[in-house]
Amino acid sequence: MSGPNFSNPVVRWIEHRLPVFSFMHHELHEYPTPKNLNYWWNFGSLAGMVLVIMLVTGIVLAMHYTPHVDYAFASVERIMRDVNYGWLIRYIHSNGASFFFIVVYIHIFRGLYYGSYKAPRELLWILGVVILLLMMATAFMGYVLPWGQMSFWGATVITNLFSAVPGIGDWIVTLLWGGFAVDNPTLNRFYSLHYLLPFLIVGVVVLHVIALHRFGSNNPLGIDLRGQQDSIPFHPYYTVKDMFGLGVFLIFFSAVVFFLPNAMGHADNYIPADPLVTPAHIVPEWYFLPFYAILRAIPDKLLGVIAMFASIGVLFILPWLDRSPVRSASFRPIFRIFFWVLLADCVLLTYLGAKAPEGIYVVLARIGTAYYFFHFLLLLPALSIFETPRPLPRSISRPVLDPAGSVAAPAATSKEAP
Amino acid sequence: MRAPALLVAAATAVALATGPVSPAGAATGGAEPPAQDWSFSGVFGTYDRGELQRGFQVYAEVCAACHSLDYIAFRNLTDLGFSETEVKAIAAEYEVPAAPDENGEVFPRPATPADRFPAPFQNANEARASNNGALPPDLSLIVEARAGGADYIHAVLVGYSDPPSDTDMADGMSYNGYFPGGQVAMPPPLFEDGVTYADGTPATVEQQARDVTAFLAWASEPNMEERKRMGVMTMIFLVVMTGLLYVSKRRIWSNVH
Repeated sequence: MSGPNFSNPVVRWIEHRLPVFSFMHHELHEYPTPKNLNYWWNFGSLAGMVLVIMLVTGIVLAMHYTPHVDYAFASVERIMRDVNYGWLIRYIHSNGASFFFIVVYIHIFRGLYYGSYKAPRELLWILGVVILLLMMATAFMGYVLPWGQMSFWGATVITNLFSAVPGIGDWIVTLLWGGFAVDNPTLNRFYSLHYLLPFLIVGVVVLHVIALHRFGSNNPLGIDLRGQQDSIPFHPYYTVKDMFGLGVFLIFFSAVVFFLPNAMGHADNYIPADPLVTPAHIVPEWYFLPFYAILRAIPDKLLGVIAMFASIGVLFILPWLDRSPVRSASFRPIFRIFFWVLLADCVLLTYLGAKAPEGIYVVLARIGTAYYFFHFLLLLPALSIFETPRPLPRSISRPVLDPAGSVAAPAATSKEAP
Repeated sequence: MRAPALLVAAATAVALATGPVSPAGAATGGAEPPAQDWSFSGVFGTYDRGELQRGFQVYAEVCAACHSLDYIAFRNLTDLGFSETEVKAIAAEYEVPAAPDENGEVFPRPATPADRFPAPFQNANEARASNNGALPPDLSLIVEARAGGADYIHAVLVGYSDPPSDTDMADGMSYNGYFPGGQVAMPPPLFEDGVTYADGTPATVEQQARDVTAFLAWASEPNMEERKRMGVMTMIFLVVMTGLLYVSKRRIWSNVH
């Protein structure tokens, strides 16, 4: 491998002993990237930037926050009122959590649509699901920290779920609580873990990026690169495209932070936690609602908890459920229809998660839950067998099919490179 | 290509997913509060200083008898348009416990601008004992802590009426259609000319309710004006920056397409 030629003598001195500059040049500059990526590929790097925003604002908030049941709520109000720009930092952090999930959910559905989980990117996908789980744990514990009514009762409901585990359930719950109820020890350990987990996320993100750079990005056609004419260097093409995407994101994000900062929160969380007063409806943050709907759709507590975790768990084995050799939904007419059905199903479950579990909402939640698992466990394996994909283009540079009609067989073009 | 369709779908998904959360979480159980026209709503909304000062007067003369305002210090009242001298004079009308003297005894002293508003009751039990068992909530976050916000607070303040004939009223409760469950332990707090406004504004119940609601909206979010002002500047900056980035992107990519 011929490294880049650095002219700065200091850079050369360091590079000779610690080749970070050639590493960065290789991975961020010349890194060959498919030239046909659409804007849905912006959301991966965008998620990384939101993670940095969350880390920076979170570290500043931690300088002013007091993790004690008697002072937590007041310390958050002090941040909002007396700390210089504390309101801005907290609104960025609290809304940043919501936007992190918006970005990551779009990133996941992009992967689902274009088959980015398929060989040879199975581990890349699995690492992404691990990041999602870590994000959920982090977000849940972060929401507890202001010690408002929803913080307290959300923590009570979610931690109580673990009591459904046979045999050791009560032991797990006591361990989570650090006692026999959600109380000061719970708040302390959640704060500690809320500070720890984001750095674990950073670690898994590094692995995610290493796995990504092994084979490079998938692309909207879902076919492998056929040579240099199909790729362009990451810099400047995708750096400038990602910066433009970041600008668009920041416009939406700022609109919410500055003009609707509490729209995605819950009014009850501005009431200090009171273990003696239960809110009329305990509702998790919006990004947990589909999972909450699945949990409540199942009448049995243990089975409900299993179904909730299985709804994420099924993503781990997705690369082996969908056996179709064609990645992109653009060439899978039936899969494409059901992708949209799945998306609609997830939107429906999100809606139902916010509704009281009664009447028609329960029925719909059960149908929605059943469809979710039907899609992954039965439909995708069946489609891999019965669906006839459309012919694939020969290469990214020649997306139009050969008019002579000599189309490439899907199986032949989509197999991993020998 | 697929991008526009996916974009529309994603936007719809986000809108649908986030949209129903607030109404579902509202759980008021009371009548829908009528929407009011507030000076502080909207992107360019600001607080009306006269309204805030009148509202503060209503709080101090009426609400403060039962409701604390824990997170507001007297120094914050400069936001309402009071001068520092006026704030000192207002603070001096209140008494707070001084530091223990050389014998360890605690005596009251006049409050200074650095002090917070003293609570009307020593603790929750005393508050309940004085209020028929009900605990008057702290008002410093009341507008943010209620799903309907300022509209809801205003609606409750003016919403007292005779109970419907089929309602069994509990002892000492008042009927208010906007309050969840309809029965509220707080008797109607505002009366015609219950306060005499320093600026001569006629003190109707409606006027007092609007003024004190505006004051409480400020108390919930004293930094709102700065937030919106900074938001407008930020949006202008971001739109320009993103436009330039788009031009750069087009130019850099021109030899790829």
